[in-house]
Amino acid sequence: MNTKIIPLALAAATTLLAASLPAHADAEHRAKALEIIKRDFQPRGQAGVDRLTEDGLQTVCNRTSNKPPEYLAKQMEADQLATVKLPADGKLMGDWKEGEKIAQSGQGFTWTDKPGLPVGGNCYNCHQISPKELAFGTVGPSLYQFGKLRGNTPEIQKYTYSKIWNAKSFNLCSEMPRFGHVGALNEQQIKHLVALLLDPESPVNKQ
Amino acid sequence: MRTIIAFGAALMLAVSSPLTFAQAKQGKPAKAQKKAAPAAQVVEETDEATKDFEKFRAQMEDSNPAELFEMKGEELWQQKRGPKNVSLAESCDLGQGVGVVKGAYVAMPRYFADADAVMDAERRIVWCMVEKQGFKFEDIAKKPFQGANDTSAPDITNLVTYVAANSKDMKFAVPLDQPRVRDAWETGKEITMYRAGPYDFSCNTCHGSDGKRIRMQNLPNISTGKGAIKGVQGWPGYRMTGGVMLTHQWRMNDCFRQQRFPEPKYASEVVTDLLTYMIGNANGQVYRGPGIKR
Repeated sequence: MNTKIIPLALAAATTLLAASLPAHADAEHRAKALEIIKRDFQPRGQAGVDRLTEDGLQTVCNRTSNKPPEYLAKQMEADQLATVKLPADGKLMGDWKEGEKIAQSGQGFTWTDKPGLPVGGNCYNCHQISPKELAFGTVGPSLYQFGKLRGNTPEIQKYTYSKIWNAKSFNLCSEMPRFGHVGALNEQQIKHLVALLLDPESPVNKQ
Repeated sequence: MRTIIAFGAALMLAVSSPLTFAQAKQGKPAKAQKKAAPAAQVVEETDEATKDFEKFRAQMEDSNPAELFEMKGEELWQQKRGPKNVSLAESCDLGQGVGVVKGAYVAMPRYFADADAVMDAERRIVWCMVEKQGFKFEDIAKKPFQGANDTSAPDITNLVTYVAANSKDMKFAVPLDQPRVRDAWETGKEITMYRAGPYDFSCNTCHGSDGKRIRMQNLPNISTGKGAIKGVQGWPGYRMTGGVMLTHQWRMNDCFRQQRFPEPKYASEVVTDLLTYMIGNANGQVYRGPGIKR
């Protein structure tokens, strides 16, 4: 039973170190998993082993099974939002037709992809968007009529741009990647995606 | 277009293979009952593309190309090979006794005292090839999976397919009551929860809840029995896209690729732990043997 006591003590120590962050439900096996992950991967193509290291946000989401305490989530979401770089020219909507192409592509960042940019937005992998595309995923909510339901006021444009740039600004442990934050999508690409979602002429909102 | 070509190629195989099988099986009465049940899994899916594919797969069940690989695997199992010139049949214990393949696949991963490790089927066979036959691990790990342009599958893939076929129509029974196996299951569960990389993805991003799809592809929730069996069924499988035979280890490798992670080392513990979690969650359900994949 010694093996039971040691991890408990470890978990307690870790909790103290991380101040008020709650201990992981199974700290013993999480520690073991981390050790194994660190040891059992090798770099391939553009995917280096540095990708295995959690950043602060990932640590918090992993440690809390994606349910961080509210005070922490609010603080960290604000921190994430503060990193969103809005376009200098103040224009947030590009060309929805270009946005559709970006939304269709799921390429980029795997060890078989050519390194470098631009990469695809992966949007249809998880979301319904234009009604013309029937091969859409359901990991995320439907975005059909996104602009029709919300309008395209400057506030909505800013929200939409920021959400794509860093989805974690509004929901700390969202399943959605932080496309602008990690440098996957650039300013121009995100503008086109904003137009796909908000332009009244976009098939998302037209019907 | 690629899909159509692959389907065509698979159809040609399907048409030409029954004869091959009939010839190859002469004098092997032990295998005569093999065709008793469908070779591939028929899953309950809702979308049209999946339905069409399932229809096509059902037509192919009587002549599953996986059987070609299985027969090669049987030869490899019986042959004296490697620097030590011994056969796996006379030296390799998959958990059911030396040389016994019947029921071995559905009872792995399991703990092997001689290796002091929990091992899945592929890892165990590799271990036997290294420890018993004297092959070099580095040589096996150099190219462990069949690539799209390869005319034949690696020996290890054929061996896994042979071993797997000998658990056809048997129930998964990963011994989760063994403390080391339970430990691997718990660690595997943690690995499925681990978010990292440029897109913050974990296994669970796609496979942690019910009823999700990527594009038109249904995503099994591997934390449930119903989902786990979908993740396990049909591996090793003959993949129509590219016409290659691929193992469950390969499937894990490709998942990590799509997760934007670096590559898991071949036959390493991280993959065994994941397989322990997933196959363990499928315990009690019937394995339908090597299958056909899209």
